[in-house]
Amino acid sequence: MAGSTLTIKDLHVAIDGKEILKGVNLEIKGGEIHAIMGPNGTGKSTLSSAIMGHPKYEVTSGSITLDGQNVLEMEVDERARAGLFLAMQYPSEISGVTNADFLRSAINARRGEGNEVSLMKFIRQMDKQMEFLEMDLDMAQRYLNEGFSGGEKKRNEILQLMMLEPKIAILDEIDSGLDIDALKVVSKGVNQMRGEDFGCLIITHYQRLLNYITPDHVHVMMQGRIVTSGGPELAQRLEAEGYEGLKKELGIEDETVEQEA
Amino acid sequence: MTTETKLPFDKGFVSSIAKQNSEPAWFEELRLKALEQLNILPMPRPDKTKIDKWNFTQFDQHTVKSESFSSIEGLPENLKALIDVNAANANLYIQRNQTPAFLSLSEDLKAKGVIFTDLLTAVKEHGDLVKKYYMTQAINADEHRLTALHAALVNGGVFLYVPKNVEITEPIQSVFLHDDANANLFNHVLVVAEDNSSVVYVENYISTVEESAGLVNILTEAIANTNARIQYGAVDHLAKGMTTYVNRRGAAGRDARIEWALGLMNEGDTISDNTTNLLGDGSYGDTKTVTVGRGDQTQNFTTKVVHFGRNTQGNILNHGVVKDSATIIFNGIGKIEHGASKSDSEQTSRVLMLSEKARGDANPGLLIDEDDVMAGHAASVGRVDPVQLYYLMSRGVPKVEAERLVIHGFLAPVVNELPIEKVKEQLVEVIERKVR
Ligand SMILES: Nc1ncnc2c1ncn2[C@@H]1O[C@H](COP(=O)(O)OP(=O)(O)OP(=O)(O)O)[C@@H](O)[C@H]1O
Ligand SMILES: [Mg+2]
Repeated sequence: MAGSTLTIKDLHVAIDGKEILKGVNLEIKGGEIHAIMGPNGTGKSTLSSAIMGHPKYEVTSGSITLDGQNVLEMEVDERARAGLFLAMQYPSEISGVTNADFLRSAINARRGEGNEVSLMKFIRQMDKQMEFLEMDLDMAQRYLNEGFSGGEKKRNEILQLMMLEPKIAILDEIDSGLDIDALKVVSKGVNQMRGEDFGCLIITHYQRLLNYITPDHVHVMMQGRIVTSGGPELAQRLEAEGYEGLKKELGIEDETVEQEA
Repeated sequence: MTTETKLPFDKGFVSSIAKQNSEPAWFEELRLKALEQLNILPMPRPDKTKIDKWNFTQFDQHTVKSESFSSIEGLPENLKALIDVNAANANLYIQRNQTPAFLSLSEDLKAKGVIFTDLLTAVKEHGDLVKKYYMTQAINADEHRLTALHAALVNGGVFLYVPKNVEITEPIQSVFLHDDANANLFNHVLVVAEDNSSVVYVENYISTVEESAGLVNILTEAIANTNARIQYGAVDHLAKGMTTYVNRRGAAGRDARIEWALGLMNEGDTISDNTTNLLGDGSYGDTKTVTVGRGDQTQNFTTKVVHFGRNTQGNILNHGVVKDSATIIFNGIGKIEHGASKSDSEQTSRVLMLSEKARGDANPGLLIDEDDVMAGHAASVGRVDPVQLYYLMSRGVPKVEAERLVIHGFLAPVVNELPIEKVKEQLVEVIERKVR
């Protein structure tokens, strides 16, 4: 079976009654890597949170489907088990729950009762992926993200990605706060996942990440919409010129305060 | 406003208990003196909980008779689950209601002079030692009505004595089994660690009856003399309907350490007082408490460290989970007496509320009578963070399991401190059952 398809149509999302996404259309297929770039506060994280089902984000209209299944009707955990994954911009810290126990619960939740992964097999797999990501093996027994540095948290998100093997992953600023070596390691992780059965949406501010993970499609988000799309060259152009040129070209005015009044 | 407590037992009865046990005269006198004082002493007053309607004094039967156990193999399964059945040298005391039902102490420890035996035997066989430490250094009989009631009616408990310079590495365990709904526990645990000694002691209070109207009045004294160390673990899981007063107190001499890890899981209304007196310079007290409240029970936990010596360090960590319409109150108190310079008193109390009707309260208190000290406190009452749940669920973990992980994680800092693996497992299991 070929990879899955995530389809987003005319998506509108509000937070506390304020509309943030104003009609987003996007399709991500297995085998494809998409990148979304765009100025701060334009709705990139909102899009990823709405896809995953964050309780604060309210979808007011539009649809999200995974292989035709209505994602919006699913609980957060069901979305994950259906094959979605979100590496979060700000991962939560959970005190008292070890990284290993958490990951094992997550894997077993996918496999279902009676089909749990054996402890030995799990440990072997986890050690292997941690070594691949050049992580200190002690991190397995540390509490989930508690006291992790910014870079360690991001690496830990990729560890989860590799252990859980989702069909479609969204990586929200997985590169922020990473030193150059960590950036390479994280990219190595994502590239390892690449294949027919894996689709990915990368949210980033920097072309630098896309040098390591070459995207098939690049989209630019502004004011709650995807305003233009292209190939890898679009990211290079933005890196060189910033967003001003593009705004002018597309005739986008800066939002001003009186619009809200 | 002191109300008269009409005790169901009089002087003649208390004397008859002492006679029946062939107790030495001093112990009988202690009982009788306490009985006399009982009515003039006030009830204890735990902060934020009114207990004048609670019954701590009225009951039918002072002592129930129970069979003892002849071997570890012959123990009921729910007791076997608490102990390391395979340990060749188990140091274990089992008390069934009031009956000393099983005892084993390794030859090695016996040879080193360690004493581990039920309290009423110890009173007879090690009278001088017990007399020196029993209700003299840590808890006094005349503190309030319930300490006096206890002293008058004590009907069980254990004495653990570790001589000078003896360091015991393997844990010593007591199991207090309550399997007769008519039993009332006036249990006294006395742990004495002499100079430069160290010991790990763990106790379980466990009810196997579903419900009981029994009274519980437990006093524990942990005395660590110069440079001694006591690690004291406890899991209390007494039945629904039992009203409990439990007071565990430590007295630490110079450079001594007392560390408590308490899993307080009673199903009935409970007043718990856990105080560590840091008497000697350089002494150290550490208290970790976890509790789960459910049903309509009310539980009040006072955790206190009092600094008398210079350069003393006291830490308090309380974590409680409360659900249904239960109430949990944490009163954390760090008290630094005048002269206890360079001391440090730290405390954290947190309550996690799982339902709308549950009530939780965390009251930090610092009473400082000395300038040159450090102190800090943190307290919080909150609910499970929805963003944490979202994060866990976003990896496929169902909501119920995600909540379970967060709750266990919240209680882990104390659970992980319990020194016996089996007891830790049991506590996890009890927590599991209670929070479900
Ligand atoms: N929980 C919230 N409550 C109120 N407003 C919010 C909330 N989360 C996001 N917003 C607002 O929604 C808008 C879009 O935020 P979002 O996080 O999606 O931006 P972004 O494109 O990811 O930005 P960045 O590049 O800085 O990460 C911002 O104006 C932000 O302030
Ligand atoms: Mg963002």
